[in-house]
Amino acid sequence: MGMALLEVRDLAVSFRRKGEEPTAAVDGISFDVHPGQTVGLVGESGCGKSVTSLAIMGLLPQRGNQVTGSVRFEGTELLGLSQKAMDERRGRDLGMVFQDPLSSLNPVIPVGLQVAEVLQRHRGRSRKEAMAESAELLDRVGIPDPTRRIDEYPHQLSGGMRQRALIAIALACRPRLLIADEPTTALDVTIQAQILKLLSEMVTGTDTALIMITHDLGVVAGLCDEVNVMYGGRIVERAKRHELFAEPRHPYTAGLLASIPRLDAPRGEKLVPIRGSVADNIPWTHACAFAPRCPNALDRCVEVTPELVDDRGGMLRCHNPVEPALRAGAEEVRA
Amino acid sequence: MASARATKIDRLAGLAVRSPDDQDPDGAGPDSGLSLAASAWRRLRRNPVFIVGAVVIGLFLILAVLAPLIAPHDPGLRLLEDQVSRARNEIPPAQPGHPMGGDQFGRDFFSRMLLGSQQTLMVAVLATVIGLGGGLVLGTLAGAFGGWVDTLVMRIVDVMLSIPSLLLAVSIGALFSQQTQFTVILAVAIVQIPIFARLLRGTMLGVRESDHVLAARALGVKGRSIVFRHILPNSLGPVIVQSTLVLAIAILDAAALSFLGLGAADDATPEWGQMLGNAQDFFDSQPHLAIWPAACIVVVALGFTLVGESMREALDPRQRR
Amino acid sequence: MLQLVLVVWVLSVLIFAWLRSLPGGPVSALLGDRGTAETRAQLTEALGLDDPIFVQYLRFVGRALTGDFGTSTGVSPGKPAMDLFMERFPATIELSIAAVLIALVTAIPLGYVAARRRGGWLDNTGIVGSMIGISIPIFFLAFLLKYLISIKLGLLPTGGRQSATIDATRVTGFFVLDGLLTREWDAAWDALRHLFLPALALASIPFAVIFRITRASVLDVMDEDYVRTARSKGLAGRVIRDRHILRNAMLPVVTTVGLQTGALLSGAVLTETVFAWQGIGQALAIGFERKDFPVLQVVIIAAAMAYVLVNLLVDLSYAVIDPRIRTAQKGS
Repeated sequence: MGMALLEVRDLAVSFRRKGEEPTAAVDGISFDVHPGQTVGLVGESGCGKSVTSLAIMGLLPQRGNQVTGSVRFEGTELLGLSQKAMDERRGRDLGMVFQDPLSSLNPVIPVGLQVAEVLQRHRGRSRKEAMAESAELLDRVGIPDPTRRIDEYPHQLSGGMRQRALIAIALACRPRLLIADEPTTALDVTIQAQILKLLSEMVTGTDTALIMITHDLGVVAGLCDEVNVMYGGRIVERAKRHELFAEPRHPYTAGLLASIPRLDAPRGEKLVPIRGSVADNIPWTHACAFAPRCPNALDRCVEVTPELVDDRGGMLRCHNPVEPALRAGAEEVRA
Repeated sequence: MASARATKIDRLAGLAVRSPDDQDPDGAGPDSGLSLAASAWRRLRRNPVFIVGAVVIGLFLILAVLAPLIAPHDPGLRLLEDQVSRARNEIPPAQPGHPMGGDQFGRDFFSRMLLGSQQTLMVAVLATVIGLGGGLVLGTLAGAFGGWVDTLVMRIVDVMLSIPSLLLAVSIGALFSQQTQFTVILAVAIVQIPIFARLLRGTMLGVRESDHVLAARALGVKGRSIVFRHILPNSLGPVIVQSTLVLAIAILDAAALSFLGLGAADDATPEWGQMLGNAQDFFDSQPHLAIWPAACIVVVALGFTLVGESMREALDPRQRR
Repeated sequence: MLQLVLVVWVLSVLIFAWLRSLPGGPVSALLGDRGTAETRAQLTEALGLDDPIFVQYLRFVGRALTGDFGTSTGVSPGKPAMDLFMERFPATIELSIAAVLIALVTAIPLGYVAARRRGGWLDNTGIVGSMIGISIPIFFLAFLLKYLISIKLGLLPTGGRQSATIDATRVTGFFVLDGLLTREWDAAWDALRHLFLPALALASIPFAVIFRITRASVLDVMDEDYVRTARSKGLAGRVIRDRHILRNAMLPVVTTVGLQTGALLSGAVLTETVFAWQGIGQALAIGFERKDFPVLQVVIIAAAMAYVLVNLLVDLSYAVIDPRIRTAQKGS
């Protein structure tokens, strides 16, 4: 594969509150995104996946946080780029779709203008041209009767249509990279599939790359070429989609997979939730953060930090990974 | 319509029901898991605005308690009357035994300033307590019963809210043939009743729909018990904040009433607002007669405002940082 | 509209009850202490105080509807209370509008900048300043301004609306506007100089409130997801500020301006008294002092109606800036 579109290296984000120790939300993660590729960032809420996306976009609050590491986009370092230079890229080269379409659209501005203003900003279109183009875009993302809809306000659209409008905004200037942060979480189940289909249609066949951020492995299964599983601010496993589902190596990934219902599972098989919650995390220093919740934990896991190493074509951060045979065995025991 | 002011009050009321956990999109902050009151107090303790306000109020209370011990003279006695000259606009200057001189009647100004704190405190507290009490009764009636009781109470409240507060206070004050400290307190207090009532009702309606009350109802807890043990205690946060602010407003309103000639007729026991109102005729010639009580009023009202505002901010989870 | 009618009706009952409960009843209310036993008896009959109470109420309402509230007894004896009100009302409106304008043009930009630089010196100064603004008795502030700027420095007039030396033509009753309309520039300038200090004193309360609401509201809006979306589009800072932040942040500010009408009228009573500003506020203060109840009735009813009307306007303008309300109204 050629040069990466986006190279994230040792990206770390920590938040500080007055009079408290800074807390690391993202703790040194690295990954590449190639043109046209769809990469998943998967993990529970609080694992740092949304913060990662905001850091790439330069959308973290201006104060109270510290970002280190490197984010190179087409060879240009984005961290430390001036606000102005970053504004040139946002909306044009980098687009983002957010989780909650209602709150992410300005309630007092017609939807059409919210699409059009990106075109006015980056494509130098006049208001009139931009509005016409905005109607075409809304049509392309599947909003019926777009010439009427451009004058409507977000509250007059359904949830699914709002998310389609947000996608139209993010794709208006045909960005090289689209980041979708939990784009289906706030939607009805029936709408979720439609939106995912739309997203994949919009990026397949183009060289637009997509970073899909989700807690839902089902979303990953249908969409992503490569998946990064995050835990406690670090990547714990990286694999191609098929490898990840066929042979999860990290106990956390295995746990995530075991906790989703599967149609092909034998009747009567119990779902196995992951024990505990994110609150049980321990710091990565001298330990594995997942150790308190891990069924495979060894003494070593609370003494030595596991490193991210090459593993069967992917990457893995674990002292005691799941062996395919063992995993099947474990499931039998539990059942 | 008149509902605009009501809307604002209702918005404040909404603070009681908002959950404390709707901030921090990523990651559980160290505050999560604490009750609303406990985490509010945690934030309050660190807020310099609150500390300054609390210190001011503390000093004011100490002054009010100790004033009779410090004050060198009886504030009602015209000890220096012979030095007062109406014709030449002269009042007694500072002199041994009278560090701040005398007032327009030759009474010891220093003693009056000190003892003024007591009456001022009394006006603030009594007016707030009466206003709060009336508001609690009306608000609880409306909030607990709903239906036509609610409609009736709220209509009256809306009309009272549409009359500018000072006009209402003055109108009430005018109903008494003789103005005393008590009529002033009553006039100031009644103006606050509709505000408290509206606030409490709004909060109670919110809390009534909240999950823990629904749970109690589902468990078959009796109506009265739900109102007094579940709804009311959880609705008091915004009301307490408002009370703190009203302590300041009462002092200011009482001063305005005095200024308009509706203050207590008898000024043997001094009150700062009354002293300020009565000093208006001497402002050009003897500004210190107005400036001292005015400064005291500003500082004390500021103290209550600082505490009230910082409490409001602490109760509003969205303002957390 | 229904609410307006309702408010005025309840108000009429309250005022009627109030007039009857005043010390000495309506006769004393009208005559003050001047009446002899004979005139009192005459007036009692003339007023129909022997009639059943609801007849009296209906008569009161009937007269009020035709604008007949009786004759002023204290503020301007002999003049119909309604005429006196109409004469003085423009003065108070002029003062209030000037005060609100001063508050708006200073408080909104300051509130915005304070929010953007949260915790900075301007933010802290603004917060402390607005809290002092709320805590200072407004009549004392008025005195202070008058004492320092008019009396000590002699920069501006100490009171009134127009210098006696100026013979201005009256058109609208708004003196500054009159001067501009008739091109009597010196009269307009003179009126403006008279207006400045009272308006400044009166502006202290709406300034404090609008500053704080703007600041809080901008802080709220800056945290909104749609502002993040706007930033994700790479929009220019000016567009984000005007289109995405300020437009949304102005919603609560508009409500607040309406709510300030009541406080403004309360403040006007005090400020007008200090600056001898011949508006309804001063009429009220004098009216209470001299027990001029016909004048008091008019002013109280008018004040409440003004409050309700302004808030009706606020609701209407709200629909203009908030499309969510517009659709809701269309739907119903």
